[in-house]
Order: sequence, then C-alpha cells, then structure tokens
Amino acid sequence: MPVAVAIAMLVVGSVAFHLFSPWWRTPIASNWGSIDSALDVTLWICGAAFVGLNLFLAWALVKYRHRPGHRAHYEPENPSLERRLTFWTAIGIAGMLAPGLAAWGKYVSVPKEATVIEAVGQQWQWSFRYPGPDGVLGAAGVKYITPDNGLGLDPLDPFGRDDILVESGDLHLPVGKPVKIVLRSKDVLHDFYVPEFRAKMDLVPGIVTYFWLTPTKTGTFDILCAELCGTGHHAMRGKVVVETPQAFAQWQAQQSSFGQILAEAPPAAMSILLIKANACIVPASWSIR
Amino acid sequence: MATTLADDLRPLHHPHSWVTKYVWSQDHKVIAIQYSCTAIGIGLVALVLSALMRLQLGFPGAFPAIQPDNYLQFVSMHGMIMVVYLLTALLLGGFGNYLIPLMIGARDMVFPFVNMLSFWFYLLSVIVLVAGFFVPGGPTGAGWTLYPPQAISEGTPGHQWGIVTMLVSLAIFVAAFTMGGLNYVTTVLQARTRGMTLMRMPLSVWGIFTASVMGLLAFPALFVAAIMMLFDHLAGTSFFMPTMQSMGAITPTQGGSPLLFQHLFWFFGHPEVYIVALPAFGIVSDLISVHARRNIFGYRMMVWAIVIIGALSFLVWAHHMYVSGMNPYFGFFFATSTLIIAIPTAIKVYNWLLTLWRGDIHLRVPMLFAIAFIFTFIHGGLSGLFLGNVSVDVPLSDTFFVVAHFHMVMGVSPVLVIFGAIYHWYPKIFGRMWNETLGKLHFWITFLGVYAIFLPMHYLGILGVPRRYYALGETAFIPQSVHLANAWISIAALVVFCAQGLFFFNMIWSLFRGPRADPNPWGAASLEWLTPDTPPAHGNWGPHLPVVYRWAYDYSVPGAARDFIPQTEPQVEQRA
Ligand code: HEM
Ligand SMILES: [Cu+2]
Ligand SMILES: [Cu+2]
Repeated sequence: MPVAVAIAMLVVGSVAFHLFSPWWRTPIASNWGSIDSALDVTLWICGAAFVGLNLFLAWALVKYRHRPGHRAHYEPENPSLERRLTFWTAIGIAGMLAPGLAAWGKYVSVPKEATVIEAVGQQWQWSFRYPGPDGVLGAAGVKYITPDNGLGLDPLDPFGRDDILVESGDLHLPVGKPVKIVLRSKDVLHDFYVPEFRAKMDLVPGIVTYFWLTPTKTGTFDILCAELCGTGHHAMRGKVVVETPQAFAQWQAQQSSFGQILAEAPPAAMSILLIKANACIVPASWSIR
Repeated sequence: MATTLADDLRPLHHPHSWVTKYVWSQDHKVIAIQYSCTAIGIGLVALVLSALMRLQLGFPGAFPAIQPDNYLQFVSMHGMIMVVYLLTALLLGGFGNYLIPLMIGARDMVFPFVNMLSFWFYLLSVIVLVAGFFVPGGPTGAGWTLYPPQAISEGTPGHQWGIVTMLVSLAIFVAAFTMGGLNYVTTVLQARTRGMTLMRMPLSVWGIFTASVMGLLAFPALFVAAIMMLFDHLAGTSFFMPTMQSMGAITPTQGGSPLLFQHLFWFFGHPEVYIVALPAFGIVSDLISVHARRNIFGYRMMVWAIVIIGALSFLVWAHHMYVSGMNPYFGFFFATSTLIIAIPTAIKVYNWLLTLWRGDIHLRVPMLFAIAFIFTFIHGGLSGLFLGNVSVDVPLSDTFFVVAHFHMVMGVSPVLVIFGAIYHWYPKIFGRMWNETLGKLHFWITFLGVYAIFLPMHYLGILGVPRRYYALGETAFIPQSVHLANAWISIAALVVFCAQGLFFFNMIWSLFRGPRADPNPWGAASLEWLTPDTPPAHGNWGPHLPVVYRWAYDYSVPGAARDFIPQTEPQVEQRA
C-alpha cells in the first residue's frame, strides 16, 4: 500500500515540479523554435505515457494487493491486447519522430545566403574569423600557426588576406541574418554551445564542422564549451554579441584583417610564417566559402 | 564435457582443500560470489567518488582539496567503474554465473576452468584499474568515454600513465568477459536439463544469455579501440590523432581520425547499455512474476522483445554522436532506429504492468525494488526518447539532462534490480534470511533518495547546465536557484550514500545471525529453488538431474492445490 501511494505521489510531485520549478529553457534567441517545438511534442507524448503508466501501476498495486483468499488470474498471454498496445506505441513514436526529423532536416540544410563565420577552439579559449569583403575564408591549418599567426592562416592564400581575425575576443553577429558557423579546433575536441541559440556542434581537430542559425534577438550571451577538453573545460568561455547590422558593421570596421597583421609583422616573424607555409609535409587545406 | 548433461557427477572438478574450494574454485556458485564481492567492492569506490563529486558540485569552493583535475578524474573513474566493473561484472559474472546453471538444471558451467580464469582475469583488470590511482599524475580524467585526442594529450589529467592503466585494464576486462561470456552462451545452449526447452527458460536466463551474446560482439570494438589508442600513445601511431597542437606545440601526429574512435567506442558503448539492461529486465520479470503470484504476461513477446532489442541495439550507436561532427545526414537514420527500439522496450514495460494487473501482489522487499525499477525505468526510458530524437538532442546533449537520463535508465534502474535480486536470492545463496525492517528502510531511502537526486537534474539540463563541469562559475543564464538545487541534490546523494550502510549491515549480519531460510521461501516455480540442499551443494542436484515438464511461470493455475507448480512437476495428462 505505501508503495502505491508513493508512486502516485511521485507522479503528482513530478508534474508539480515540472509546472512550478524555476528551471526551464532559456528564452530563445535564434531561429531554432522548431527544435523547441519538437521538444514540446516529445514532452507531451512522454509526459502522458509517464502519468498514465505509473498511475496504472499505482492502481494495480492497490487493486491486486495480497489479501487472504485472493488469487491471481492465470492468463499466459493476450495477443490482441499486446498488438493494440504495440500499435498505439508506434503511433506515439511516429508522432514525436516526425517533428524531430523535420527540425533536423532544417538543421542540416544551410541556407545559400548564410554568411560564413569561423569559430576556432583551443585549450581553453575561443577565437573567431570573418571572411572579409570577398566573403571567402582563406585556407588555414594547424601547420601554419606561428606566434603572429595564431589562427594558422595560409599566408600564400589570397582569399585569406582580407579575413578579419578576433583572437580571444567576443563574437559579434548581426541580428536577423543567417550565419553558417564553421568550426575548427587547434588541439582537442571542443563544442560550441550557446544555450539561447539551442544549436551546438563539436569542434574536431583535423576536420572542419559546421552548423547554422539566424540570431533573432539582440543581446550578449555566454558561449560555453560542451565537449570535455581537459582541466580548463569549465572555464572555456566566450561571449557572443548579437547586434543590429549597423552596429555590427561599425564593430567590424574596427577589427584588423590578416593582411594588416602581416603588414605590421617584423621581417623575422614574417620569414617564420612563410617557412611554415612552405613546409609541405601536410596536405593543404582549402578556403571555405 | 557433454557428460555434465547426464547424471554423472565424475566430470566435475571436485575440490580437495579449502583453497580449491574457496579460492581457485571452479564451482560456478563460488565464482559468482567472488565476482559479486569484487564488483561490489570496486563499486563502493565509484560510490565514494560520486559523493566527492557531489560535494564539489553542491558546495563549490568548500573543499579546496578537490581541484578541477581531481573532479575530472572522479567523473571518469566513477563512470567507467559503475558501467563496466560494477554493473557488467555483477550482472553477468555474478548473477549470470550463479543463476544460469541452477535455472537450466545444469551441474555447472560447461567450461569450469575457463570460468575460473575469467574471474581471475577480472580481478586482475580491477587491480590494474585501481593502480591508476597510484601512478604519477593519477587516473585518467578524459571522461568515461576516453575520447582522443584529449585522453592522451597534454591538458587532460592522467594523460600519461592513468590512461595507460585504464586501457590495459579494459583490455584485460574484455579478455575476462570473453571467457565468461563464451561459457554462459555455451552453457545455455548445451547444458539444459531434460525438458528445459529454450521457451521454458526463465526470463532471467534469456536476458543474461542475450546480453552475453551481445557482449561477445560488442566488447571487441572496445578492445581494438583500446589497443589502437595505446599504440597512438606509446608507439607514436596516429589512428586517432590528427595534425594538431598540444599546449602550443605542434604534435608529430597526422591524419588520424578522432571520430573513428567515437564510432568504435559507441559501437561498444550503446550495446553495453543493453548488456547491463537486459539481464536486469530478465531478473525483474522473474521477481515481479514470483511476488505477484502470476505468470509473466506475454512470455513469448518478452523473449522476442529481449532478442529484438539486443539485435537493434547494434544499429543505433551514432545517436551518441549527433553533434560530434560526423556527417549530419546520419542523424535521420540513427534517430529512426533509436526510436524504433522504444517499441519492444515499451512492450516490456506493458507486460510488467500487465503481470501485476490481476495478480496477487505480495509487497516483500524484493518486490518493492522491482516496482521501484518499473517507475525509474519508465522515467529513464521516456527521457531517452528526447535524446534519441536527433534535433531535440541538440540543445540537450552534453548537459545535465544526459546525466539525469542515463543515471535513471542505466544507473538507478539496474541497481534497484540488483538490490531486489540480492534480497530475492539471498536465502538460497546463503541459506539465511535477512532482516525485513532494515530491508524496507533501505528500500525507502534509496528509492525516494535517488529520485530526489536525479529528477531536478533533468531540469538543470533543459536550462542548459553542461555536464563534466568542475564549477559553473559566473554564467548569466544560470540563476542563483541552480546553486541551491545543486546543494540539495548533494544532500540527497549523501543520504542515499549513507543508507547503503543499512544494506551492507543487513547482509553481513544476517549471514551469521539471520534465521535459517526455507529452501523456497517465496513459493517460486523455477528450478533454482528446487535444489536438494540450501545453499546448493557442489554439483547442485544431488544424484539425479531434475527433469522439467513445464515453463517457469505456472503461478495460480486454476484447479491447482497450491498457487505455484514447480517446473519439475509433470503435466497432468502425462501423469495419467
Ligand atoms: C547515488 C548514486 C550516484 C550519484 C550521486 C552519481 C553522481 C554522478 C555525478 C555527480 C556525475 C558527474 C556529472 C558531471 O559532472 O558530468 C556522474 C557521472 C556518471 N555516472 Fe554517476 N552517480 C551515481 C550512480 C551511478 C551509477 C549506479 C552508474 C551506473 C551506470 C553511474 C554512471 C555514471 C556515468 C557513466 C557517468 C558519466 C561519467 C562521464 O561523464 O564520463 N552513476 N555521476
Ligand atoms: Cu573546450
Ligand atoms: Cu545509446
């Protein structure tokens, strides 16, 4: 008996906790409302199953508790009941899978007009790169990295010259414009995660990964690392500033491009940079459009 | 060895001294207890680590001895020990060893010597694992997933020696498991007594059998991944190591794929979840049926569900990798296959509930744990649908929602079954009865406590609190109330931690002081309760093997004198 009451109370308590606890999604700041709705559909279907199954459990525990003279019913199976249950379960599953896959379909198809912005991870900080006026990110790779070329751009790739570099500063995004965020890691796995954007993706050394979003709300949000990357994992933070296109353009005008950095580099640093570029042990990487 | 099938006792390895009886034993029951005690012992280490983690999360800064590196080491060792060295070893090496021969009417495993070796290899793997705590730099802090490159790169605790002991220990564990697993599979297929058809076996045996087959197919993936990473680390290969920097210096590695490791790991890791779950499913089915005095509902469906879940679970591994950077189009396939598995899993839940329905439910301690399992498993199974449903997983992956989900479904649920199973079979194993009051107290604190720990974690995860974080620090979207929640979760965890003392006291005290147990205290119909001796003697069955005439679930059969009919009782028609 007490266990039946406990189960029923836990069901009621869980629902109450759901309704009254202060912890829920952060207010969304991107186009990924479809992810939120897929979560809501999943939650409603699963919530109904949770309440229904457990209340049945509690009821059965009371109704069929042992009493003197009471005997269980012998019934090895009931194929038609089992078939009906299977059918309704399949319907419920399909009901949540459909919005889930539909949202994923959008997640994997980057709109053509999206601008490319690169986020680079390293233990334990974030850097960013914008393609500059030509709209193309120059080739880059770990092998090009020198003290003056922290993001490892290929100094010989003309597409890279106008790239705008933001090393360990904030990421700025114009509100309302779709962006494809391409991700590159210098060392180990990381994950670019802004809870308000809903989207996230791992950074994998050796390959370039990506995801896309359209910021829909201006403001400043935390960037966290969501893939264990060592001692400083919890401290690998960044900020993303979503602002009006005008403010964004103003901000961008103040940043320095790779070409400017090269122009200011002392000759010694320049030769190190170029020596790295000629080292052809490693297959070249490509500019990213 | 086929002779063990017959009534002949001679082929058995008879112990001649205390050492061959209790140390180098080839008796499956002794090996089962050796396995169980080792697993529980190392499990206690993992439990202590979880308490230390909770202290840090609940009261950040209050324990300066816990540094970020320590926290990551605790997380990694806790996770790996719990999943592999506690649950897998206890459910298969412990319960598998004890129950298979007794439930199918065999005198022992078919390869008793290999069975013994399996335990000693397991013990060796545990010793190597523990050695990780004492090597320079301490154990690995790469997470239980051990992802390269960080697992063997600068910046991760234990990247020099800790990871080596971990990988070597895993390789030894796989060897141990292979010896055990081959034994379980062969014994089930070859050593069943007369009349014990496959479709008359208790579901415990079906669960353990299927899990063993899965283990034999899944563990090799872990084995090769471990060996390849050892090569990368010690021999300078680049299986998993791309061109990269390590603490500012470029490494000599090039061209390897970190994603390859993730595929290998999860090709093992996902089936591993079911390697733990299926034995628990089987065992809990038997507990529910016995204590509800009712046949398990839809036995054939239950068997097929176990087999189908086992097979499908090899087709879903990449649901752990939706945001790993693999080709995103895989997401469609893996989300679909993952949600399809929910159907046979749901059928199992329905059939447990329908077994209680119209039953005659005795709420003894083992049954209480079985009921608690149904509750936590429903919860954990449903939260898994969120994570399997690809786009819904995107915001949730690597947050506390994941931590809450897998603890509910593969931490708490199997552990509740294990407790239930220990209470259930203890009178047979030791011939003594435990204390009911202590058992109930242990149940209530554990059940309510774990729910208090893990329910709020789901909501922290939905808010966006990431996992494997030493401290949350100043984060704009995390309100003060989260820190309060973390403190309360930690208090609940410490209460649950302490309550396990009741269990251990009860078990150890009853070993010496418990009243003598009835040979079949619950009125169960399956073979293990019908041994001539309690505890069963070497060879299990005395001079003659039992003969089986019916399935293991003849409870409350209309017209029968008692509310159960043992499997060895002939059918009425055959008697006439
Ligand atoms: C009262 C019991 C337990 C408590 C309080 C507890 C607590 C924790 C905590 C605090 C973490 C780390 C969360 C993070 O920072 O990411 C964790 C991780 C984990 N736990 Fe438990 N745990 C318990 C029991 C179990 C059991 C029985 C299992 C068996 C499956 C288990 C498996 C894991 C795994 C696999 C991880 C992940 C490790 C990783 O992230 O690499 N835990 N647990
Ligand atoms: Cu990181
Ligand atoms: Cu999985």
